Amino acid sequence: MFIAPRIADKKDWITTDTGDWEIIIGLEVHAQVASESKLFSGSATDYGSAPNTQVSLVDAGMPGMLPVVNEFCIEQAVKTGFGLNAKINLFSRFDRKNYFYVDLPQGYQISQFEFPVVGEGEIEILPIDADGNVGEPVNVGIERLHLEQDAGKSVHDLSPDETYVDLNRCGVALMEIVSKPDMRSPEEASAYVEKLRGIVRALGTCDGDMEKGNLRADVNVSVRRPGGELGTRCEIKNVNSMRFIRQAINYEARRHIDILEAGGEIDQETRLFDSVKGETRTMRSKEDAHDYRYFPDPDLLPIKLEQSFVDRIKSELPEMPDVRKARFMADYGLPEYDARILTSDKVKADFYETVAKGRDPKIASNWTMVELFGALNKAGVELEDSPVSADALGGLIDRILDDTISGKIAKGVFEKMFAGEGTADGIIERDGLKQVTDMGAIEAMVDKAIADNAAQAEKAKENPKLLGFFVGQVMKASQGKANPQAVNEILRKKLGL
Amino acid sequence: MAQPQNGVSAEDVKKIARLSRLHVEEDRLAPIAEDLNGILAWIEQLGEVDVEGVEPMTSAVDMAAPMRTDKVTDGGKRDEILKNAPKADDGFFVVPRSVE
Amino acid sequence: MSDLTKMTLSGALDGMAKGDFSSEELTKAHIDACMDGADLNAFITTTFEQAIEGAKASDARRASGTVGKLEGAPLAIKDLFCTEGVKTTAGSKILGDFTPTYESTVTANMKADGMVMLGKLNLDEFAMGSSNETSAFGPVINPWRNDVDLVPGGSSGGSASAVAADLCLGATATDTGGSIRQPASLTGTVGIKPTYGRCSRWGTVAFASSLDQAGPIAKTVKDSAILLESMAGYDPKDSTSINADVPDWVGACGQSVKGLRIGIPKEYQIDGMPADIQALWDQGIEWMKAAGAEIVPISLPHTKYALPAYYVVAPAEASSNLARYDGMRYGLRVDGKDLADTYERTRTEGFGDEVRRRIMIGTYVLSAGYYDAYYLRAQKVRTRIVQDFENAWETCDAILTPTAPSAAFAVGRKVSDPVQMYLNDIFTVTTNLAGLPGISVPAGLDKSGLPLGLQIIGRAMDEATVFKAASALEDAAGFTAKPEAWWK
Ligand SMILES: [Mg+2]
Ligand SMILES: [Zn+2]
Repeated sequence: MFIAPRIADKKDWITTDTGDWEIIIGLEVHAQVASESKLFSGSATDYGSAPNTQVSLVDAGMPGMLPVVNEFCIEQAVKTGFGLNAKINLFSRFDRKNYFYVDLPQGYQISQFEFPVVGEGEIEILPIDADGNVGEPVNVGIERLHLEQDAGKSVHDLSPDETYVDLNRCGVALMEIVSKPDMRSPEEASAYVEKLRGIVRALGTCDGDMEKGNLRADVNVSVRRPGGELGTRCEIKNVNSMRFIRQAINYEARRHIDILEAGGEIDQETRLFDSVKGETRTMRSKEDAHDYRYFPDPDLLPIKLEQSFVDRIKSELPEMPDVRKARFMADYGLPEYDARILTSDKVKADFYETVAKGRDPKIASNWTMVELFGALNKAGVELEDSPVSADALGGLIDRILDDTISGKIAKGVFEKMFAGEGTADGIIERDGLKQVTDMGAIEAMVDKAIADNAAQAEKAKENPKLLGFFVGQVMKASQGKANPQAVNEILRKKLGL
Repeated sequence: MAQPQNGVSAEDVKKIARLSRLHVEEDRLAPIAEDLNGILAWIEQLGEVDVEGVEPMTSAVDMAAPMRTDKVTDGGKRDEILKNAPKADDGFFVVPRSVE
Repeated sequence: MSDLTKMTLSGALDGMAKGDFSSEELTKAHIDACMDGADLNAFITTTFEQAIEGAKASDARRASGTVGKLEGAPLAIKDLFCTEGVKTTAGSKILGDFTPTYESTVTANMKADGMVMLGKLNLDEFAMGSSNETSAFGPVINPWRNDVDLVPGGSSGGSASAVAADLCLGATATDTGGSIRQPASLTGTVGIKPTYGRCSRWGTVAFASSLDQAGPIAKTVKDSAILLESMAGYDPKDSTSINADVPDWVGACGQSVKGLRIGIPKEYQIDGMPADIQALWDQGIEWMKAAGAEIVPISLPHTKYALPAYYVVAPAEASSNLARYDGMRYGLRVDGKDLADTYERTRTEGFGDEVRRRIMIGTYVLSAGYYDAYYLRAQKVRTRIVQDFENAWETCDAILTPTAPSAAFAVGRKVSDPVQMYLNDIFTVTTNLAGLPGISVPAGLDKSGLPLGLQIIGRAMDEATVFKAASALEDAAGFTAKPEAWWK
């Protein structure tokens, strides 16, 4: 029997009265290829269209209809294979997986069984716990990546005793990325999916939209005594958020432990995750055991890739998240934390690089990560839909760097920008926020502050800690617009510090 | 054959029929098993052929799959798609309920 | 005017070109013949009204100077080809009233060439059969008789019967294990299965995808060349379609076979071969020799394994290809108590015995634990059969064999062992497994007066040589016998 080698960190063990357990996790992630048309037909792949309007005769499994491979989909699979540091197979083949279901018109799914387009690979993940602590990097093995057709959609709530079937999604290309059972905690599993998502988005091979189901995970969970023999695994189908992945694993591992400790056995089965109850439950028990009777699809011929085709794809690869992270640390001098967050997703990284262009990289990263991401998070808005563009945020930073406004004023300006009130320059102009740098004016305000607080001024001469009080008074008088450095300098001079 | 076959049992027929979504009455299981065993026994002569090192032939044409470019060239024909449906409603195929 | 239905396709095309008669006249004559021949049960669906309209339109095209390769010719289509707006059944109940909204590539090519379609021809259900008795629409009767009603062979029995009885000038057919050539042999007609990939499979109901190939059944070798030139051609919608131009096959007919090396495979001398067939084969060898061909003994050692390999591969592919007939999106639906029951009732009532039998064999040979022993092994045997032919082509250019192991037999002949029926394809199935072209030419009558055919097999893509050799055989045989028109 295959023994999964790595033993989980002790902190990830589950300890019960009977001792310790570790969780063994493997994932099958289905990532929808970002193609215009389907894997084997010319119908569109758009999301949310009216039912059965994106269906060809091929997708509907009409008599005599035949599949023809979409070259772009093969290319995206190869690209993704490179992103997974995996072996690209010059020879691959499509097989039929036979089973009956109402949303599977042909009575079989065209998939790749024996010869997938991408073979073994490996990626590195960084698990992060609930408190944001970063763990040690973990290598997760990739078993394979294969292409296959998606099924249609069954709608059960339009009639009490019937099912309504929409075939729009039927035949859309999916990349099924199968990991080795190399994960040992819910956090590792979600970090793995996060990492995959970052990779496919960096490559542009899948939009990674989990809400639309364009990236979804089947989670295989088993438990064992630390380092012991692998237990029986259960597969939890179609889990579509990072949080649900962690919840489902936690629930499922507990369930296994409870059964095993009560002297029971785990049935190898397919389960569903109920996100409302936070539980997994068995899929309607099917009296028939599955026997998919895979065989090479005789309507299709083998995929034989030219080395030059594969080389071309490799030469055109964009920068991968890991490489980009290293570059952000080396070229921008960013700390690991900033570099990791910013490169976890291509949109974030691109945004940051636009903001940082010609500006102080650390200030750019602070404004991007702390202010903007914070505000987006609070508002529940995606970066793609940010009301403040990268150029606009850069414009705000420029006004800080050229001393037009202070950092503090800038935060107020940012809020207004976020609320859609215009550019930094426009808001500064409109609200008269330009920093006072006229030394005469500042000196007058300093003089007045000292005069108004003569007793404190005397004390301050002995105790420089009181300087802050006077800075505050002057800033207040200037409505925050006085250049704080100038205020400081003049105060020190006047107080003889 | 490569490994000796024990023949198809009535139970096997039941399983095969279920996988094929065909209904077989209980009293027909055994006769069908016998029928299939007759054919399979004749097929077993394939075991005489030396296939050591022989590649399986999956297609009668020796070429790689032709590929199409990623363009939307089809779809937008819902009426055609639903035209022959035993039951359709509101743009959907309507089928017996597939979940309880 | 002489009986227009007695003409060959080639003669009729010439006659229309010369203005001797119109497509409308020709079509009407054939519609009359079809009506007279209703007892043959060759048609499942007739489209006479559209045919007359089509003939008129063809005459108008001709008048304006547009003349296609099949301009104005009344032809009929095996009911396995989807035809837009015309019910398509595949000889099965399971398709119900399925009426395609699309046209198969093969029939679209023929329509573009000016064909007039008389209707859809009967066949064994899903092309599974060798006697046309598995059709849900009843058996087809062979116009050749011998006291009793005889089968026309199968699965293209409707095509063969209709052509032999002069109901149409030619017909489309399909051949997965011999379904064009065996019925041609049993009806005294010519049938060619071209190289796999010559005719697009798009829009033709699939039986076994890696073996299915369309071709014509016709009255003469030249007619079959005319029809095949129209049917064949590259189709990007079929991934297994061969991207090659269609050669001048009509031109190949009648060319000299001087120096052509004709292989005679010793393994086709099977035990229990009827003496008439052996004699005809020997006669064929003499004819080819006399025509200047060189006769070469060859060996195709894996011949006897072709049929059992076929009965693994074809049912396996069929079991999957026929999964789409589930009553959900088109065709018959028999409502049951729930979804599972609806599936089973639909498929159990919709498919006939032989189709259900093959689905079950196919399911079995692909199922876990049996795949390697049956399916994978059969695919390897298939490779062996291809190698046999490769070796043969070193010493010969074409191969001459009998087409079928028997003449037409009685309708309803009790066959308890399905394998006995499968043996009908023993000489034809090898070319399907290897993807090679094969033609059956009527060459003589047996002692009871029933037609027998001889088969010419050629290299892949070398239909030209096949037509050349076949027309030499046709010339030598001088087969002119016609069945007595008892059905009128
Ligand atoms: Mg899977
Ligand atoms: Zn999958």
